[in-house]
Amino acid sequence: MAFVDFSAREIHCKIVYYGPGLCGKTKNLQFLHERTSPSRRGQLISLATPNERTLFFDFLPLDVGSLRGFQTRLHLYTVPGQVFYDAARRAILRGVDGIVFVADSQVARLAANVESIRNLEKNLREQGYEIAEIPYVLQLNKRDLSSAMPVAELSRRLAIKGEPTLEATAATGAGVFETLKAIARLVLLDLRKRRTPSGFTRATAAS
Amino acid sequence: MSPADLVLYEEDFRRLQQILRRLRQESGASVVLLVDKGGQRIASVGDVEALDMTALASLTAGNVAATDGLARILGEQEFSVLLHEGEKENIHVSIVARRVILVVIFGDRSSLGLVRLRVRQAGAELERAFAEITERMEREPVLHSGFEPLLAEITDEDIDRLFTE
Repeated sequence: MAFVDFSAREIHCKIVYYGPGLCGKTKNLQFLHERTSPSRRGQLISLATPNERTLFFDFLPLDVGSLRGFQTRLHLYTVPGQVFYDAARRAILRGVDGIVFVADSQVARLAANVESIRNLEKNLREQGYEIAEIPYVLQLNKRDLSSAMPVAELSRRLAIKGEPTLEATAATGAGVFETLKAIARLVLLDLRKRRTPSGFTRATAAS
Repeated sequence: MSPADLVLYEEDFRRLQQILRRLRQESGASVVLLVDKGGQRIASVGDVEALDMTALASLTAGNVAATDGLARILGEQEFSVLLHEGEKENIHVSIVARRVILVVIFGDRSSLGLVRLRVRQAGAELERAFAEITERMEREPVLHSGFEPLLAEITDEDIDRLFTE
């Protein structure tokens, strides 16, 4: 649910990184946090178990620049990937503007990727969204591993609607900014397309 | 427009801020803020510079979402009040009009009883304000089309330029 503040000229959007356990969602946010100037990011909050598995979510607010005088701020969230945390995943999708699906390229994780996409579709529907309509990007992560499936084959198995598909190795940061840029673009185009921005809008004109 | 949509005009903001300001004064709280259930801060008053308000808003919404899940397990619609008690600081969280979260941060200068009382009063005022805003949106949807040109001005090139500045 984007928040457009016409008075302060700010746009806030919520982007959720989704995917199966250990696919690299948190790694994406950690890399963005490391490589962004402190003046343009807030603190990275990780609600994790003692062994560093995401328990609830990670959160990172990022300023990505000015869009026609509107300061644009992205609120990035991850969900916990492990299957039994489904209630937490559903909760985090509340008010989402765009989704990055982080797929684990390893052949052994293909079934987990497919199950996670189905789970995303179901959870989005429960929150009143359709996966066909929401801004959505597919990131093929862990491309550096020798067990990674060929890109063409993996895309064929996972792509759902001709979405932008990006290769990445979040552990080194390859493809991480490109992925963020791709989803930000779709979210902002979606915002422009709407007759009125969804979510909270603060206007300057008095009614 | 989906049910979640809400358009706030400057005068709505002033009204919300005024309710929050009075609540803060009357309850002796240090900070009062309104957050939407998706984690965006709508309005806040008090010592806001001293705290990371973005993180506070996001964590509060996560907290409420988790509690909503607990409520559903017990067959409740929602738990409308949450309380976190610390040694020096406390947080009182309540749901207003089913869609926004009212957060009151208070310390020794106040008491839970006082905060509860004032939150109940302010909550009723906020409910009225949101009901009127929603009613106006239904009555005068044409007003919202004024936003269209502002967003339509944004070009593909503008979006490409982001991240490069």
